[in-house]
Amino acid sequence: MGFLLDFVERLGAYVNHRIARLGFAARFLWVMLRTSGTSLMRLHLTIREIYFAGVLSLIIVSVSALFVGMVLALQGYDTLVRFGASEAVGTLVALSLVRELGPVMAALLFASRAGSAITAEIGLMKATEQLAAMEMMAVDPIARVVGPRFWGGVISMPLLAAIFSAIGVFGGYLIAVVQIGVDFGSFWSQMQAAVDWKSDVVNGLLKSFVFGIAVSWIAVFEGYDAMPTAEGVSRATTRTVVISAVVILMLDFILTAFMFRGN
Amino acid sequence: MPPLVEFDNVSFAYGSRAVLKGMSLVVPKGQVVAIMGASGSGKTTVLRLMGGALRASSGTVRVFGQTLNRMRTRELYELRRDMGMLFQFGALFTDLSVFDNVAFPIRERTNLPERIVKDLVMMKLETVGLRGAAHLRPQQLSGGMARRVALARAIALDPKLIMYDEPFAGLDPISLAITGKLIRDLNDALGASSVIVTHDVQESLQIVDHVYFVSEGRIVAHGTPDEVRNSELPFVRQFVQAQTDGPVPFHYPAQRPYREELLA
Repeated sequence: MGFLLDFVERLGAYVNHRIARLGFAARFLWVMLRTSGTSLMRLHLTIREIYFAGVLSLIIVSVSALFVGMVLALQGYDTLVRFGASEAVGTLVALSLVRELGPVMAALLFASRAGSAITAEIGLMKATEQLAAMEMMAVDPIARVVGPRFWGGVISMPLLAAIFSAIGVFGGYLIAVVQIGVDFGSFWSQMQAAVDWKSDVVNGLLKSFVFGIAVSWIAVFEGYDAMPTAEGVSRATTRTVVISAVVILMLDFILTAFMFRGN
Repeated sequence: MPPLVEFDNVSFAYGSRAVLKGMSLVVPKGQVVAIMGASGSGKTTVLRLMGGALRASSGTVRVFGQTLNRMRTRELYELRRDMGMLFQFGALFTDLSVFDNVAFPIRERTNLPERIVKDLVMMKLETVGLRGAAHLRPQQLSGGMARRVALARAIALDPKLIMYDEPFAGLDPISLAITGKLIRDLNDALGASSVIVTHDVQESLQIVDHVYFVSEGRIVAHGTPDEVRNSELPFVRQFVQAQTDGPVPFHYPAQRPYREELLA
């Protein structure tokens, strides 16, 4: 009986803690949005973060996209050729990338490379009292440090997803057309005919925009809320990657259910 | 003349753990005041309350004649424009150079042209003897140099109140003497008031005007350096003469007696 009561008590405390933290994260987002004017007015800070989060993620995103596109072409051709529809491999590669893999894979890579770096940087700034020093100088760290990193991530994410899709399609072309010998004209024309600007491309970009908000929010919040110790920063960095991955996949399902239902 | 800082019967607790218990102190204009006490006695909390980073549970904290207890963030930020703080390990921004660190408060809080910002920064760095290190990154500085750069940053906008959190911790004897002299000279040159939280007795007594001793969240003694040196109070004697035995306990309070702990 005592064990059961202890279990219920611990469970209650855990749920309470989680709800309180979620509330704090929501308030944090609100403050960040409220001070966004100040953050965005000093554009050079946001551009600097776009460079760190976006430009420096380009290599990992490009290389991954190339391989994903090539694998898609190999797998797609292997299946389509059985139905005599090997020319449709371009369509398969493009739709898979633009609708799903581009936004999702780019977001997962972004969370592991840039998200973890943002959390670690803000967490270490907190641990070394840099944020406290800023506050003592009457400079709001949420507007000066957090805001530019958040917006840098939000702006970078759709661009990275678009680049991922484009390079992925090129990877598919290399395998399907150059390597296997699918007809060049059929590959591109079927792709052009099948991919719709609004329902595929725009929806894909919309997804990546939502992922960008989610991952950047998680990354800056985990950094800001990290325990100011080496262990605390390390745990926060891990949480950023793990929570981001789960949230990306969960949001992907919800968005897909709304965007592509019945298509 | 009203004091620059005034604590009137201030109490503060982290959750259920009381840190300050009815503390009263004043920092007159133009003076350098030291707050001394053993580690964990609540002296850094005093500094945080003074800067408005924490709010008192009860009692009144007044800085520049304004009560901090229920001040809004915007008002607090206005007040902090006249404050400078030196953190224990400098808290320099690691992504900025020495020059940009000192320029940071000037660029953030004024609209001065870059030419004047440069002159101001160089003047502050010259004051702390590090004009030649303007191009270096914080990672390239020694502990003492980092502390001096942080000091230049703290005084960048000529504050009325400068707060120092353990400014002498971990410094070699030369850096320690330089830092002590800088604190005094800067205070007098700027016509500011300074509050030093420290447990470095000998260095502090040479430069301060008044000393408060804190123990278990209360002021247990205070006076001028001469009064402190000649004090017969057991706490002050133990602290000033670095005695191992006295009113400051060696053991952190344990829940169970030692014998019971071993036999359990």
